[in-house]
Amino acid sequence: MDNLLWIFVGALLVNNFVLTYFLGLCPFLGVSNSLETSARLGLATTFVMLVTAVCAWVLNTYVLIHAPYLRLICFIVVIASTVQFIEMLIKKLSPALFRAMGIFLPLITTNCAILGLAIFATNRGYGFWEGIVYALGAGIGFTLALVLLAGLREESELSNIPKLIKGTAMNLIIAGILSMAFMGFAGLFSSA
Amino acid sequence: MKKNESHEEFIKGLWRDNPVFVQVLGMCPMLAVTNSAINAIAMGMATFFVLVGSSFLVSTFRHLIPKQVRISCFIIIIATFVTIADYTLLALVPAVHKELGAFIPLIVANCLILGRQEAFASRYPTKLAVMDAMGMASGFLLALLSLGSIREILGDGALFGMNLFGEHFEPWVIMILPPGGFLTLGVILLFFNWFKLKKDEFLEDVAAAERGGN
Repeated sequence: MDNLLWIFVGALLVNNFVLTYFLGLCPFLGVSNSLETSARLGLATTFVMLVTAVCAWVLNTYVLIHAPYLRLICFIVVIASTVQFIEMLIKKLSPALFRAMGIFLPLITTNCAILGLAIFATNRGYGFWEGIVYALGAGIGFTLALVLLAGLREESELSNIPKLIKGTAMNLIIAGILSMAFMGFAGLFSSA
Repeated sequence: MKKNESHEEFIKGLWRDNPVFVQVLGMCPMLAVTNSAINAIAMGMATFFVLVGSSFLVSTFRHLIPKQVRISCFIIIIATFVTIADYTLLALVPAVHKELGAFIPLIVANCLILGRQEAFASRYPTKLAVMDAMGMASGFLLALLSLGSIREILGDGALFGMNLFGEHFEPWVIMILPPGGFLTLGVILLFFNWFKLKKDEFLEDVAAAERGGN
């Protein structure tokens, strides 16, 4: 139980996927201009991460022991088809939710945080429950980083910023400062 | 004529359409592995190999790949090359491979590579596609190398593992930690913005002077 808790906190804060591993930067910098869309994208990504963690575990346990060199190709195909499948499922079951998620659902396929999750979980030899908790922590951590940046950006829209720094340069510097703040969480592990 | 054209495709990736500084693509591997110059070069070479190889295949078979499933086809081609690169690095330079870790397989999700297949390789003849891929990949390598060198010099006081400043240098450790990646790239982009603003102002001045002259 303790172990699972540490995996969760580790993925959520100490090794935050966006701010420490630099995964999923494209959506992080691309769509973080409004709070609401970032929260929605974050939730959709968390969901896909959970499904991917289960699929990766099944593949690792039953298929890939016989052919480890096919790992990468298997993972990417599974992720792409899972996203496609979830998209169809949501469209059928809840058209309202489907409209709300819009273009973000298909774009999740190319989010490197998802593939990164599958690869990291495999490298660390996580089991079924560990994998699920890891995915949950990573997904919520991704959402957290996205929402934080979106809040700061919404605020900065209203202030008078020199033309020179506006745009990606400013977002990167904000992300750098956020990342420094998250470094403070590293102390959590050494005391444990 | 033909030679000039392919030459042009090569050059544009290096500066005018530089994938990192101008198009802001491929950020994830870019920031994650540039804490030292040697890692940056290994990553750049691996990306170079994958990008050129997959551009070659995609553009050679561009008439055979059905439109509806093209993205999946591209991804599988890219994943194959990445697997080759992964195992090659493991065999040749195990130390670097260990340091880069999970970021080698993550080249698959580098949006720069898929973007070039979709925007260029699937529409143009093989020769142009390969030139374009080589230009883009060199531009990426250049960007990785400059970021990696800056971060290693400031954060470690060294370049390619060689000590530069002697005993009394106090390393700016944050530069080789994750925040340093964001900050360095942010500052480099600032410089590019400044350059562009100056250029626009200059062109406006020239236009105004011409109007005044008439």
